[in-house]
Amino acid sequence: MAYKIKSAECTVCGACEAECPNIAISLKKGTYVIDPAKCTECQGHFDSPQCAAVCPADCCVPA
Amino acid sequence: MGNVVSLDSIFGLGQLAPPAVMPAAPETASGCSSSSCGSSDGPADMDPAVWEKVKNHPCYSEEAHHYFARMHVAVAPACNIQCNYCNRKYDCSNESRPGVVSEKLTPDQAIKKILAVAQEIPQLSVIGIAGPGDSLAAAGKNTFATFEMLQKKAPDLKLCLSTNGLALPDHVDTIAQYNIDHVTITINMVDPEVGAQIYPWIFYKHKRWTGLDAAKILHEQQMLGLEMLTSRGILVKVNSVMIPGVNDEHLLEVNKAVKSRGAFLHNIMPLISDPAHGTYFGLNGQRGPTAQELKVVQDACEGGAKLMRHCRQCRADAVGLLGEDRGEEFTADKIEAMGFVEYDDEARRTYREHVESERAGRNASKAAAQADVRESIGFTVDPILIAVATKGGERINEHFGHAKEFQIYEVGPNGAKFVGHRRVDQYCEGGSGDVDTLDGVLAAINDCTAVFVAKIGGCPSKSLADAGIEPVDRFAFDYIEESALAYFKDYAERLGQGVVQSRAGQDAVIRTGALTARRA
Repeated sequence: MAYKIKSAECTVCGACEAECPNIAISLKKGTYVIDPAKCTECQGHFDSPQCAAVCPADCCVPA
Repeated sequence: MGNVVSLDSIFGLGQLAPPAVMPAAPETASGCSSSSCGSSDGPADMDPAVWEKVKNHPCYSEEAHHYFARMHVAVAPACNIQCNYCNRKYDCSNESRPGVVSEKLTPDQAIKKILAVAQEIPQLSVIGIAGPGDSLAAAGKNTFATFEMLQKKAPDLKLCLSTNGLALPDHVDTIAQYNIDHVTITINMVDPEVGAQIYPWIFYKHKRWTGLDAAKILHEQQMLGLEMLTSRGILVKVNSVMIPGVNDEHLLEVNKAVKSRGAFLHNIMPLISDPAHGTYFGLNGQRGPTAQELKVVQDACEGGAKLMRHCRQCRADAVGLLGEDRGEEFTADKIEAMGFVEYDDEARRTYREHVESERAGRNASKAAAQADVRESIGFTVDPILIAVATKGGERINEHFGHAKEFQIYEVGPNGAKFVGHRRVDQYCEGGSGDVDTLDGVLAAINDCTAVFVAKIGGCPSKSLADAGIEPVDRFAFDYIEESALAYFKDYAERLGQGVVQSRAGQDAVIRTGALTARRA
């Protein structure tokens, strides 16, 4: 159970990284990636996955 | 004037030689140091403390924009709202031109770039963070990290930032702490019904909000943030994007609402909309305003919050005077290659002193020219528009063919005032003129009676005259406003004799393409 970032659509703005409660998102080789081992889809933290809610390109989706 | 950096040496006049005798600074200026003149040359209706804050800020003072340069550093790519005029593949289009991408920088890279630019461009007075997303999204981390370092490394530079206002109330204390005394908020509506047509969603308190809820929250945050800033004495400029049919008439309400909350300036900008930009408005055919539509709304707001008309809707990585972008000279690779850059403010100090001496006495000379017009022609003749080719310093000092924009002045019995600018493609490239480009220039200044230039060739001169726009080079290198008034006096006499015709009712085209012009 984790989210992923569709890198082709990502604008590399970093909004998701700032919102992630699990510090699961980082910049790797010029694109942001979600560590599936750390991602909880924000359960226990918020009503909805924060990366998907903030992403301007709507490219954070269930893996 | 011995140790003064002359404008001409700074601007590089190219093949144009300055006149043998430059107009001398008035007697009253001699021996007057930069600060002891107080507000003598500031506008009569402005608090001296406010004038001191804005007089060297090109985005806050129309006069300063002729003399001073700004620089935006693109350290804030994240955003917390979606606007219908913005496609996030590119930069935010309320502060940047769509279709172009800013070079994103880390705070460390930004500091190095600022120091390098400051050494090259002594007119630099302001560092702003305008995105390319929202400067306060993602907790404003990069924005404040940059300002914290900059305040220590180059304390003479003014700091400013630009925001959509959603996160503003959370950061007002930090803004005050870093001495950021200029903040711009983009406010397009004060009615959520209007807002819902502009903002499809916002991200607030860990949730995506849509529709009326989103617009209502954004509106409340904007008003709260504005009040918090002005109550702390921080100057606030409000930017509004004019969207015909959506918020054009509503902007009068916006103007009243922001004025009552203490906004210092209101900047109404035309919507930039093109299907190629992939924005919602671009794709559904929403058009931007014409030059006269924009001017009508701006004029209607006159008397409310003070209007700003010299905005160039710069990119989030713009460098230079407002009409130019020297960003190409300072890319990350070039900055990296420069090695260690030291802080040295001597050239900037000298330049600022030079500007102070230029300014001294200008108000008196403008008033004298205006009185002369009133005395000789009274109030019988309607004001006219004049397009001016200038590279700064409030002088007519650009060749017609080299102009990448024309500044528009309205001149009449009440004086000459700057009312806007029109971007054009440079007519003359490599020594020869291009006919298609000339048509574009004619369309851009079609509502003007005359165009003031330092020099112009015979061919474009004839085309302008055929289109009913008089090319005028007899004021080359003189001050714009005084020249405009002298021209108006002459025009009024010729109008009385029936030699010239009024151009009332003409409109012009606002160019909406991306800023592609490179510095010649």
